[in-house]
Amino acid sequence: MAKVSMSVNGKPVTGEVEGRTLLVQFLREGLGLTGTHVGCDTSQCGACVVHVDGRAVKACAIFAAEAEGAEVTTIEGMADADGSLSTIQQAFQDHHGLQCGFCTPGMVMSAAALLAENPKPSEAEVRDYLEGNLCRCTGYHNIVKAIMAASGQDVAIAAE
Amino acid sequence: MYAFEFDRPATLDEAIALMSEEEAQALGGGQTLIPTLKQRLAAPARLVSLTAIPELAGVCVADDGALCVGATTTHAAIAQEAAAHYPALAALAGNIGDPAVRNRGTIGGSVANNDPSACYPAAVLASGATIKTANREIAADDFFEGMFATALEEGEIVTEIRFPVPEKAAYMKFEQPASRFALVGVFVAKFAGGVRVAVTGASEEGVFRWTEAEEALSANFSPDAISGLSLAADNMIGDLHGTPEYRAHLAKVMTGRAVAAAG
Amino acid sequence: MPKDHGIGASSKRREDVRFLTGRGRYTDDINLHGQAYAWFVRSPVAHGRLNKVETEAAAGMPGVLRVFTGADFEGVGGLPCGWQVTDRFGEVMQEPGHPVLAQGKVRHVGDPIAVVVAETEAQARDAAEAVVFDIEELEPVLDMKAALESAAPKVHDDLESNLCYDWGFVEENREAVNAAFDKAAHVTTLELVNQRLVPNAMEPRVAVGDYNTGTDDSTLYTTSQNPHVIRLLMGAFVLGIPEHKLRVVAPDVGGGFGSKIFHYAEEAFCTFAAKQLRRPVKWTCQRSESFITDAHGRDHVTKIELALDAEGHFQAIRTETYANMGAYLSTFAPSVPTWLHGTLMAGNYTTPLIYVNVKAVFTNTVPVDAYRGAGRPEATFQLERVIDKAAREMGIDPVEIRRKNFVTEFPYATPVAVEYDTGDYHATLDKLLEIADVAGFEARLAESKARGKLRGLGLNCYIEACGIAPSHLVGQLGARAGLYESATVRVNATGGLVVMTGSHSHGQGHETTFAQVVADMIGLDENMVEIVHGDTANTPMGMGTYGSRSLAVGGSAMVRATEKIIAKAKKIAAHLMEASPEDIELKDGAFTVAGTDKSVAWGDVTLAAYVPHNYPLEEIEPGLEETAFYDPNNFTFPAGAYACEVELDPDTGKVTILSFAAADDFGNIVNPMVVDGQVHGGLAQGIGQALLEGATYDEYGQLLSGSYMDYAMPRADDVPFYTVDHSCQTPCTHNPLGVKGCGEAGAIGSPPAVVNAVVDALQRAGHSDITHIDMPLTPSRVWAAMQG
Repeated sequence: MAKVSMSVNGKPVTGEVEGRTLLVQFLREGLGLTGTHVGCDTSQCGACVVHVDGRAVKACAIFAAEAEGAEVTTIEGMADADGSLSTIQQAFQDHHGLQCGFCTPGMVMSAAALLAENPKPSEAEVRDYLEGNLCRCTGYHNIVKAIMAASGQDVAIAAE
Repeated sequence: MYAFEFDRPATLDEAIALMSEEEAQALGGGQTLIPTLKQRLAAPARLVSLTAIPELAGVCVADDGALCVGATTTHAAIAQEAAAHYPALAALAGNIGDPAVRNRGTIGGSVANNDPSACYPAAVLASGATIKTANREIAADDFFEGMFATALEEGEIVTEIRFPVPEKAAYMKFEQPASRFALVGVFVAKFAGGVRVAVTGASEEGVFRWTEAEEALSANFSPDAISGLSLAADNMIGDLHGTPEYRAHLAKVMTGRAVAAAG
Repeated sequence: MPKDHGIGASSKRREDVRFLTGRGRYTDDINLHGQAYAWFVRSPVAHGRLNKVETEAAAGMPGVLRVFTGADFEGVGGLPCGWQVTDRFGEVMQEPGHPVLAQGKVRHVGDPIAVVVAETEAQARDAAEAVVFDIEELEPVLDMKAALESAAPKVHDDLESNLCYDWGFVEENREAVNAAFDKAAHVTTLELVNQRLVPNAMEPRVAVGDYNTGTDDSTLYTTSQNPHVIRLLMGAFVLGIPEHKLRVVAPDVGGGFGSKIFHYAEEAFCTFAAKQLRRPVKWTCQRSESFITDAHGRDHVTKIELALDAEGHFQAIRTETYANMGAYLSTFAPSVPTWLHGTLMAGNYTTPLIYVNVKAVFTNTVPVDAYRGAGRPEATFQLERVIDKAAREMGIDPVEIRRKNFVTEFPYATPVAVEYDTGDYHATLDKLLEIADVAGFEARLAESKARGKLRGLGLNCYIEACGIAPSHLVGQLGARAGLYESATVRVNATGGLVVMTGSHSHGQGHETTFAQVVADMIGLDENMVEIVHGDTANTPMGMGTYGSRSLAVGGSAMVRATEKIIAKAKKIAAHLMEASPEDIELKDGAFTVAGTDKSVAWGDVTLAAYVPHNYPLEEIEPGLEETAFYDPNNFTFPAGAYACEVELDPDTGKVTILSFAAADDFGNIVNPMVVDGQVHGGLAQGIGQALLEGATYDEYGQLLSGSYMDYAMPRADDVPFYTVDHSCQTPCTHNPLGVKGCGEAGAIGSPPAVVNAVVDALQRAGHSDITHIDMPLTPSRVWAAMQG
């Protein structure tokens, strides 16, 4: 076991981890932050996406020890300071960008990373950016729509 | 995952020392290795993370114009930092996996692993790049030795890949629908001295050079130049995503498209 | 003007807030004090005799509490099957045992052999590798037709053969159907595979068993679509725990699509082991494990024939289907290729004679059961594909051939035992042609051609039977359960309501939409209504959520219970206003006496119910809480028409979906936004089946597509924005809300549209020999077809 320290959602945290402890395990089991989900064991579903030093990372494909000293943000840290939904979160609710909610934390984290890099993405850029985030409920339609809306772009779609 | 010792040295020397220990394995971004460990398909006694060694990361241009890419430079960083100097390589890097994978995965890890469906080996081989390790330099033509096999010795750490920059180049990938790895990917690079064509994803032997296409394209750098050529399906991979014949066909189609894209 | 609240409003989902902030509570988020972890040792081979399982070494490893094997479950029941099909000769199906842990034989890769329970998951997994077993490998049974040959090895030694049943429907029509084919002007034949799919809800299954030593109560937390069904099946048939000593909780559940209906071995194991060990026992499925343990879907091999007269009127349909059951009968497996499939073979058409033959076969593969649509996608696909093929053969426009044969008068009794209550198939088809801009196709085709691409347009109709189902009817058909739904409406003293439903929401949004219905009926703000579901301890016995039944059946129960509430509240209001109950009107949450200005507020009445100082105690009891069970008297029949436009790269065979349009008739709509979302999701699953997904076994019975590396899930860039419309509404005639069900339509209706479009593109490009390509239409398959 080794000691690891990092900042999670703006708060300093420390914990004892094995070498093989993944960041997602540290977050869920060590810190009780269960908003970050595990949907696969091949690092493809994206339900575990968090931000490490501002970049989207799959928390199931990085050891906790590798996040030593890093600034980690999880879905629990995404709401506005007053506790209300952030623009992206609110857009997901407004546009029905989630159903069962299981992929949602990863989707929101990826969406936030996308808009930080590219504030006005095209539909194709949004779809491309979500390559590593699987959703089985929404058919992606309303997720893409929500992200477009959160970027302040028109999301009028024919026949709706 | 089996248990292992985990180290995250800050210098290359420390890393080299740690890698000399029994059953030590280098860890780059871990985007392939960590899933492999999770499936318990590998059991290193010690993992040596290379990502805290500053000298191994970053992109620079050498005096001779070659692009030097540190082994732990992430795909995302290469996509950004190589864009001005070697756009075809940057484009390849920017289309590996997904954004989260690109933020962690490293070129050194990919090249050392030599997955037969990985993208970088095609760029390295087609560019005639040099793989630098802590104590030697290996030419790309000597480096890739078949599926998951390279010229690296036990404990040897890739430190840098040095890419001669071609006059024109492009990479075309046809994705396997599930993994989005290359079902077939072709990197075409046109140098003053001739054209190099490297094919990944297709062959049982891993990345390879399509020499007939190189000759034809060296004489006439246009998609038409290869229209009469065909690749034998003999050594191609056959699986649920495509037969050997399909892969051989795709290699030709992607070569033509890469030539067209390179302009 | 769209409504802004109540029935018909696109109310934002209240459940979203917790999901968007990471505060959902899924089963894997539940950790009980003293919890131990289970790791399953699973068969690495498809078929074999399990001679010996040695657990001593594993039992001695660090942290191990106990290692369980099949021997521990010898006195315990097997996993039950909930549906018994009777074959065409009047005999009941062959029904094999299904032990919790393998006994004597392993029958598919993934069949559980032993379980290690340890202090940590890592310890359990480490020790699992030390469990030694001796399997004498047997030839695996994989191909369904070969499985039925007399020399084939048997999956179950104690059964006569690998045939579960040979079902004929309607058996009495068989000769008449054959006769109709003999004199038909044209017969179109199509052989096809409706491939095996892996449901892949994004949340893997999880079970946490708990046992209270003080009260002898067991609790199971599980990822289920129907906690009461699990309680009944597991309690009564497997573990012998009476329902009053067993609580099943399905908290937030991350999608189901059918795969979380069934009772699985891991649920029984964790409940059993918790009692044995006197400690909570948790099992979290790995994704690679879910590929080889979650019930799969589809897997039919079908030959369909359509007989037509010279003008293209359908005369008869004859089908022969081999349906894969896998190694064991999953909970509702036998019903899927029979009653959920054969009864839909009339489609939207007046075909007078239909005969469906289904041979259900055991093989050494993962059990197959209901997956989004369940039987109805298989029926729709073969029917709409053969119609397209017939139209092409006869030179009739694909739209016209469908119109010629539409059912137009309702109720309509099909020759396959169901009665459509209402519908308007011309209306949805008209709407489709409009929203898909079919008229503009030729211009778009020319544009694709100019870029060297092939373009195709495919369309189809569909109908489905939803809202399963009248209990008396399904009882006759072999169901071992009733299929009613329940609701308890509890009005609190201060006027707020809690609705406890037997339905379960795992993405459907019931917490919002059910509240809309109840609030609308009373005239209250939706936020005054709370929906409770998913816990057998605080909801009435219900059958759960699947088959697009929650609103049509569960919602109807809720309406009935709310009606009882209103009736009683009116009596209280009448007493308070000294009027006759018949004169009381309820509007916008206030009671008035007709023709007067007398009024009492909702809260005054609810308070009176619980503080009955001034109250008609001689007539009615205090309190305001009512329960209703609703048993539907028919299925509901959503229907519609779908169109897909594809572009095909002739050099690579890659198909790109350019547009997808869906015109559905779901009857009345409670929340249009949620309905759109249900259709979108179904479409992606149908497009996934058509182009990407397929579970493939090799000749040894190993699942080749056993992870996301090889099983292609639809991603955001595989699909377009969909154009969906549900403005054609013929309300269901027999449930109080006039609703039909929308959860499966997208998955049922979309695969034929995609395949029709690809075939259309190839035909237009001169590939006149290509009349069908089996799904998934991967680039390699399409390219191979183009090579001839």
